[in-house]
Amino acid sequence: MKNTITIAWKETRTYFASPMAYIIMAVYAALAAYYFVTSISGVLPEATIRGYIIPSTFIFTLLAPIITMRLLAEEQKLGTLELLMTAPVRDYEIVLGKFLAAMASLLSILVPTVYLVLMLWWFATPDIGPILSGYLGLVLFGMATLSVGLFASSLSGNQIVAAVLAMGILLILTVVDLASSYAGGIFADLVLQISITTHLESFARGVIDTHDIVYYAIFTVFMLFLAVRSLESRRWR
Amino acid sequence: MEENTGTPMIEVEDLTKYYGEYPAIENISFTVNRGEILGFLGPNAAGKTTTMRILTGFMPPTSGTARIAGYDVVDQSLEVRRHIGYLPETVPLYTEMSVTDYLDFMGRIRGMDKEWRRRRIGEVIDICRLGDYRVSLIGKLSKGFRQRVGIAQAILHEPEVLIMDEPTIGIDPIQVVETRNLIKGFGGDHTVILSTHILPEVSMVCQRVIIIHEGQVVAVDRPDNLSERLRGTERLEVDIRGPSAEVMTAFRDLPGVQDVTRTDRDDVGIYRIETTGSEDLRAEISNLVLQRGWQLLRLQPIQMSLEEIFLRLTEPDSDRE
Repeated sequence: MKNTITIAWKETRTYFASPMAYIIMAVYAALAAYYFVTSISGVLPEATIRGYIIPSTFIFTLLAPIITMRLLAEEQKLGTLELLMTAPVRDYEIVLGKFLAAMASLLSILVPTVYLVLMLWWFATPDIGPILSGYLGLVLFGMATLSVGLFASSLSGNQIVAAVLAMGILLILTVVDLASSYAGGIFADLVLQISITTHLESFARGVIDTHDIVYYAIFTVFMLFLAVRSLESRRWR
Repeated sequence: MEENTGTPMIEVEDLTKYYGEYPAIENISFTVNRGEILGFLGPNAAGKTTTMRILTGFMPPTSGTARIAGYDVVDQSLEVRRHIGYLPETVPLYTEMSVTDYLDFMGRIRGMDKEWRRRRIGEVIDICRLGDYRVSLIGKLSKGFRQRVGIAQAILHEPEVLIMDEPTIGIDPIQVVETRNLIKGFGGDHTVILSTHILPEVSMVCQRVIIIHEGQVVAVDRPDNLSERLRGTERLEVDIRGPSAEVMTAFRDLPGVQDVTRTDRDDVGIYRIETTGSEDLRAEISNLVLQRGWQLLRLQPIQMSLEEIFLRLTEPDSDRE
């Protein structure tokens, strides 16, 4: 556990020392604000943040791989993975540490959007429930996307390859629900359940469904497990 | 502190590692005693790095066992990793960190407490003479200084066993000397394995040498014994201005000369003389040349290359008494 925190802390410091942290933060803040403004400037506007919760799935699909691409790929390229793996640290502690750092980066991009919520409060009387559940959904969704990114980063020593691979996996998992309209019965249901975006919708409406939480939790754990395995396999090559 | 010089610190038995079909090392066995500095000598791709990676727990062997401080490198990998300091060949460093931050991080993941880290970081910075670069970003340091940071990292947690993969490669000659002295100083307290492909380095630094070639141990010996064994053939290169045929026969007739070959450059003959005995023929050759009135332009003993040494060590002992 101590090792996990040591690694997480080091990664977080490195992340915030790089311009990437602020670029990603600014990009997300700008896109969220744009979606927010379009959603509340209709004829009958609702005082909700749903306007940027749902589009965030697409934005995260692009940003999460950029946050995670360095984490393991760079260690492989610099050769520091050899040092890390010959230190008295377990492989899962390395992966978990990196994941926690990625989560910190993700939370940092959500922080600036709080001003959108405050504005909502200034001009209207929004319902607090859907706002909190919306953010909870984003954090859970973010966890899932970051775990895919981390897994991709464990596979390659090349950051670009890691990022593109993660984006590819995430995009497929996002659009897979479209297949449900071509298939019927149990298959359509299955495809809808697999899609990582469908589970976010209830959060955006203010509904916290344990089955969605469980989905994201299992998804993340599974991806991190794959990342640990992939790291371990480097020892056997 | 218990007095146990002479107890084995590293025990390697029948270690074999295959990369697919290709054996990187085959049935390597050796032991290293506490406080000993062992040189691992071999050309590139001989299996030095593979052996070291197995010892550090980075990868498991295909078969065979290795124990460090009594712990098995496969079954008790974490314990093994607590006892070793490792400097990989590539000197892996986080280029975006400062020297002190990097050392602090390495200390933390090796489970050093705050007080211990503070004390040791100060010490290793002194030992490796990094005092002026404490807050420099590692990415901005020159190769030689990075090497020092790598060594500082390896000795930081006062490991009992130090494993260094080509620690003097790619740094300038003055730093090479410094690094060698540094490593020499580690003997006694630490058990050191260092790999190199430079023959003189081994005799300067190590108490014992293991020569490996194509994944197999060719010789294990003390450096002075080894040079004794290699004394079989020596080679001289002589540049002479004079009648070539006469010179050739004169040299061939010298006692102890095995073979003479000649290449001509302008009016100068370059003679390569191979000698069998262990005696030095330089005085006799220069006398001979002066007596005959030829002009001696150069007389130089040629060191055997590492490859030739391997050939010599691997071939049967027929030509030695």
